[in-house]
Amino acid sequence: MFYARAIVKDTLLEAHHLSFAYGAEPTPVVDDVSLVLRQGEFVALAGPNGSGKSTLLRLLLGLLAPASGEARLFGADPRSLRERARLGYVPQRHVLAPDLPVTVEEVVATGRLARCGWWRRPRAADRVAIDHAIESVGLTPETRRPVLELSGGQQQRVLIARALASEPELLVLDEPVAGVDAESQRLFRDSLVHLVEEHGAAVLLVSHELGAVAADLDRVLVMKRSIKFDGPPSGLEAAGVSLGVHADDLPLWLEAIE
Amino acid sequence: MSGIVLAALDLPWPFEREYMQLALAAGLVVGASAPLIGVFLVQQRMALLGDGIGHLAFAGVAAGLLLEVWPVWSALVVAALGALVIQLLRRRGTTTSDLALALIFYGGIALGIVLVSRAGAGSVNVLPYLFGSILTVEPGDVRLVVAVGIVIVVSITLLGRVLLASVLDEEAARVAGLPVDLASCMLAVLTAVTVVAAMRVVGVLLVAALMVLPVASSRLLARSFRSTVTIAVGVGITSVVVGLVAAREWSLAPGGTIVLAATAVFAITAIARGRARRVAV
Repeated sequence: MFYARAIVKDTLLEAHHLSFAYGAEPTPVVDDVSLVLRQGEFVALAGPNGSGKSTLLRLLLGLLAPASGEARLFGADPRSLRERARLGYVPQRHVLAPDLPVTVEEVVATGRLARCGWWRRPRAADRVAIDHAIESVGLTPETRRPVLELSGGQQQRVLIARALASEPELLVLDEPVAGVDAESQRLFRDSLVHLVEEHGAAVLLVSHELGAVAADLDRVLVMKRSIKFDGPPSGLEAAGVSLGVHADDLPLWLEAIE
Repeated sequence: MSGIVLAALDLPWPFEREYMQLALAAGLVVGASAPLIGVFLVQQRMALLGDGIGHLAFAGVAAGLLLEVWPVWSALVVAALGALVIQLLRRRGTTTSDLALALIFYGGIALGIVLVSRAGAGSVNVLPYLFGSILTVEPGDVRLVVAVGIVIVVSITLLGRVLLASVLDEEAARVAGLPVDLASCMLAVLTAVTVVAAMRVVGVLLVAALMVLPVASSRLLARSFRSTVTIAVGVGITSVVVGLVAAREWSLAPGGTIVLAATAVFAITAIARGRARRVAV
């Protein structure tokens, strides 16, 4: 029994024949997608612009309701999931509250609310978790600086720290390194690997730019309305598809297999 | 009770008289609590919500005069319902924020005028609510304002973190399971409550100024959200005190002097900040 538990990892996120179309559009943006993400897995979701990645993410997180099929997050319907602190989310965006004076610490603390209770004042353990999240993205010296004074890459790391502050079992990131400098990409990669290796969390990374994490990924899902590939990065590379941002071989490969 | 306590205080000029002490008490509570609400409204691009609700409160006051109930209660009910409708219209995406506000603005003022015309002779009683009449507040008014101030401070203490998470990133706040809709409805209702509490202080026509102007000044100076709130409350309180002193010294309308004081603080802050930047360059 113990042995079985040790090798069979918990399923954190799953989709069964998920489909979705916007409005009266005849062609679904997400078409019959099935996938599974287990504890401790580092998985990337790749695909060209307009391939339905962000829509799939919104379905998996419960922000959209599927036309057909089913998504399960920690075994529950994502729209009625109660244990939200188990999930960390970094949305696709570049500018955070463009004219509000708010410090790095204040932003990251908002990510702790799901864990500590939104009506409570943060306690000592919460402050430790917030400090640790800031440290894990290399922003400790900037803790009390206004976010608006930071570079784009640093602001992106603030958002990742915010998601880490709830000590999530599953971290979902939507295009987190778009337009981010190389140093921030390196720190970004280190913080994700730390989360997976030290805390046993799972990561689902939606990105055009997988070069920085290619060597660390367990699996890559390639999507164009439906899942076209689900396997290790080596499987894609064997097909001549690289995972860097400038590669146009992925769209060509998708065209070839369709 | 607050009137008796305040009357016993030995305060220097211009607050040595009981009516000035009552005005100071009501003004300080409104000066401190209005920016607490305004700091979130400004960030939600809803700085004019207070104005829209002020117009609705005017209709509520007129309804109270017509129905012969205390106009504060009727204003509170109409303003709170209107605030919830505005949030509902925004949330459903039925209409844009500025259109939702415009509907409330014009509908509220038009309804107020119609009801006032029906109220006949009682219509003159509407003026203190339109332009404020802080120097004639009574102990009962001060008790109401203090109660409203306590409700606002307690509500913002409980909901402030959710409201901050929501104005920073609503989608992430929803994914985290935070009660975003509850917080935004509470903010709308608290805006209505603040408007009604501030009616006697600056009047419904200027009520939004006490929510917005102190926040505009504090955003020029603050380097954190906490300091934004602290400075805004400080500016709100300072504006009330300076406005009351000016009103007493030169026999001016206190509603106007309080808001002009807040405007002057913003102008001085903006000029000083501009100079500091030029020096830095």
